[in-house]
Amino acid sequence: MKSYVPNTVHERQEMLQSIGLKTMDDLYADVPQTMKLSAPLQLPAGKSEQEVRRIFQSLLKNTCVSMPIFRGAGAYNHYIPSVVPQLASRNELYTAYTPYQTEMSQGMLQAIFEYQSLICELTGMDAANASVYDGAHACSETMVAMKFAKRKDKVLYSAALHPDYIATLKTYARFLRIELVEVPLLGDGRTDIGQIAALGADAAGMLAASPNFYGVLEDMAGLSEAVHGFGGLFGAVVNPLSLGAVKRPSEYGADFALGDAQPLGMPLNFGGPYLGFVTTHTKLVRNLSGRIVGQTTDDEGNRVYCLTLSAREQHIRREKASSNICSNQCLCVLMSSIYMATMGPAGMAEVAEQNLQKAHYLAQAIAALPNAKLRYADTPFFNEFVVDTGKNAAAVNEGLKQRGIMGGLPLSRFDATDTKGMLWCATEMNTREEMDAAVAALKEVLA
Amino acid sequence: MTRCAYPLMFEKSKPGRRAYDLPALDVPAQKNLLPQALRSAANPNLPELSEVDVVRHFVGLSRRNYGVDNGFYPLGSCTMKYNPKIDEEVGVLFAQLHPLADADCIGGAVDLMLHLQEALCEVSGFDAFTLQPAAGAHGEYTGLTLIKAYHDHRGDTARNVIIVPDAAHGTNPASAALAGFKIREILSAPDGGVDLDALRAAMGPDVAGFMLTNPNTLGLFDKNIAQITQIVHDGGGLCYYDGANFNAIMGVVRPGDMGFDVMHINLHKTFSTPHGGGGPGSGPVGCTKALIPFLPTPQVVREGEHGRLDYDRPLSVGKVKAFFGNFSIIARAYAYILSLGGEGLKEASENAVLNANYIFHHLKGTYGIAHDRICMHECILTPGELEEYGVHTSDIAKALIDFGYHPPTIYFPLIVHEAMMIEPCESESRETLDAFITAMKEIAALAKADPERMHKMPLTTPVGRPDEVAAARNPIVKYEWQ
Repeated sequence: MKSYVPNTVHERQEMLQSIGLKTMDDLYADVPQTMKLSAPLQLPAGKSEQEVRRIFQSLLKNTCVSMPIFRGAGAYNHYIPSVVPQLASRNELYTAYTPYQTEMSQGMLQAIFEYQSLICELTGMDAANASVYDGAHACSETMVAMKFAKRKDKVLYSAALHPDYIATLKTYARFLRIELVEVPLLGDGRTDIGQIAALGADAAGMLAASPNFYGVLEDMAGLSEAVHGFGGLFGAVVNPLSLGAVKRPSEYGADFALGDAQPLGMPLNFGGPYLGFVTTHTKLVRNLSGRIVGQTTDDEGNRVYCLTLSAREQHIRREKASSNICSNQCLCVLMSSIYMATMGPAGMAEVAEQNLQKAHYLAQAIAALPNAKLRYADTPFFNEFVVDTGKNAAAVNEGLKQRGIMGGLPLSRFDATDTKGMLWCATEMNTREEMDAAVAALKEVLA
Repeated sequence: MTRCAYPLMFEKSKPGRRAYDLPALDVPAQKNLLPQALRSAANPNLPELSEVDVVRHFVGLSRRNYGVDNGFYPLGSCTMKYNPKIDEEVGVLFAQLHPLADADCIGGAVDLMLHLQEALCEVSGFDAFTLQPAAGAHGEYTGLTLIKAYHDHRGDTARNVIIVPDAAHGTNPASAALAGFKIREILSAPDGGVDLDALRAAMGPDVAGFMLTNPNTLGLFDKNIAQITQIVHDGGGLCYYDGANFNAIMGVVRPGDMGFDVMHINLHKTFSTPHGGGGPGSGPVGCTKALIPFLPTPQVVREGEHGRLDYDRPLSVGKVKAFFGNFSIIARAYAYILSLGGEGLKEASENAVLNANYIFHHLKGTYGIAHDRICMHECILTPGELEEYGVHTSDIAKALIDFGYHPPTIYFPLIVHEAMMIEPCESESRETLDAFITAMKEIAALAKADPERMHKMPLTTPVGRPDEVAAARNPIVKYEWQ
């Protein structure tokens, strides 16, 4: 059994004596005797490091982590430069908590300030919070921010948001009694802008993603204009990695740019921890949720960073706070900062371009197969696209898996009626050889 | 230490420098894949740095920070215990596992979640857990939605009030508001416990539930806990247990046995996953049988020897985040439980309580106290007579920095004037506690001898006290390129 209590049993006894107690039980005199556990916890005995490793290795054996991945759908397989995990593991940052004590937390405070600056450069916006839990949560927090900023209880969302984001929005909307209205899609995979004016009456704003869940790049300028047309706020849900190539939210007048920054240096990790980001323009900074770091000076005039605008927050405002966030995803903030610092402007552009190129190479090769076609063949996409085949997608997926390929996501996972569609993804991680093998495997399966 | 600002990475940027390294594109490059209308006008204006620049920059930042691995960090209510290194190594083993991998590809990860859920049930006395919430406040929110869904399902739809003691963490009322509740605050009894009469008076047909931290935020175990949960249940409400202070009682007493209906556990506190500078955490929510149908989707359920993701949950509140939770944090907490076992968890709690009482006992003659009772895992001190010298809690906190310690939580709980909330955790040795006690006594002596010097502290840090008013008045929240 491993113990992280440094004091020996003898030292503990001396400490008890020094405070006038005899046994550990004396410490729990306030706990009603009848309520105390009468038997030890029914858990396996503590284990050594080697035994713990063996248990984890046996669990890991029962997973597939070595197949080439052609699946995204909200969790993306990107290269993480070696500096990212190494620097993010620096104990002084890794084992700290929220930087409440400004003078001894300048490292993390400056790192958060730099993250805010970097993510704002990427989105073109003016201000960012120091993270929310993930992309789904970023949508929910933005929906709540829209409600309070506009004092209206209705929010629109595109039907092509990630299904988990929609499900999360519905939970938050239900309990806050926000009316959520779905804007349907056109046949080309894009949100039907024509319906926004009518649906938007009395709404606070709208959330739409580009690339959307189906990989399609939306007409964000058109969406933004339509939302502003009914006086609403436009929340652009974006893949930050795409912004090395695709127009930034500021370029089409978004009021919030938000999403999940997992592609910027975080591993797949079976779905978390990821990094929810929310950025906005100066006018709306006080509607942001969570921590924000600001710049100020100390008594000698040195530049200092500190938590600021905390009058929005739960520890000050309690039930009137703009959100309940306390712990966020700070270490993921650090990882994404190291990633962005490493990539720089040219690296962000190049990685985005490689995603674009490889996904199109793969899409064209698949579309050339006799029984496969792109569902939205005429709509621009970034690194994901939907393929329809003549066969049941779940069966196609099984066939690919038998051939050692983790193919595109069968869309029936989220919509039982969509039996033919698969959402494929290619990133800079997928080599040409790997893509050719995947296409050959698909050809066999479809034959 | 000479005080100085530290250059931002933007200020270190040199045109043409690069740290990234991608393989050459191995497919034929095609032009115009993006229509011009969708293409950004220019590359994002990020700094240009070499790899060595990046490494030196972040190592430099780390040297201006302080974590548990640097030393004592008695930040009350945050449970800054040592984070075992084995947990880090096994926690990342599933890094390559895609959350939407096929069901037959994720068995080990789902089993891990099942095993952790079952262990948390045993430690807490509840019947089921969800691991989906990403942090403590997220857990509070999730648990409160369960309470609302439960009442609504019974047709008891008028219950829209959550009772919260004035001593509660700020997240409690904020989470209740986010879950659509009205908040009814009750004053605490003089000993920091729940005032039973105030609780009875606050109950009514509109009450959905009551949130309580026990041990409470004064670090005291509420002796009346059986009556408290009874009063709430008699009035048709449910009891929510804020697990922020769970580190005090593992293996001794369980929230489920106290009569609570739902709770969250902060894995990053009690189960020792690193705080990461403010997350990621993990806030699993446990509940009694009656609330299981409402747990988020999917729920990991046992099927024979293995776990299975159950999506067929018609009464579920739905999802509170994408996918399944902060999995790599969940994995670390599981490694911690495996290492310690039931006996080790109890040993951790007992020693956390012993260490807090040791500090309390040896400092209560020097500082003011709120209550002279055996405390749980944390204790509350106040400046006491030092206030007569114009020395406040914030001065004591800043002086502690110069003695090499992270200060305790200060000015919380709100119901104690000038509170300092000290939570030492079980992972601190007697000599660390003794040195801290000595430092606190020296600080008290200095406060009386030279209060002016105290106001100038900290003197050993890279920067001095910040002008927070200016920061909030004219917010500068991002770098502007010169």
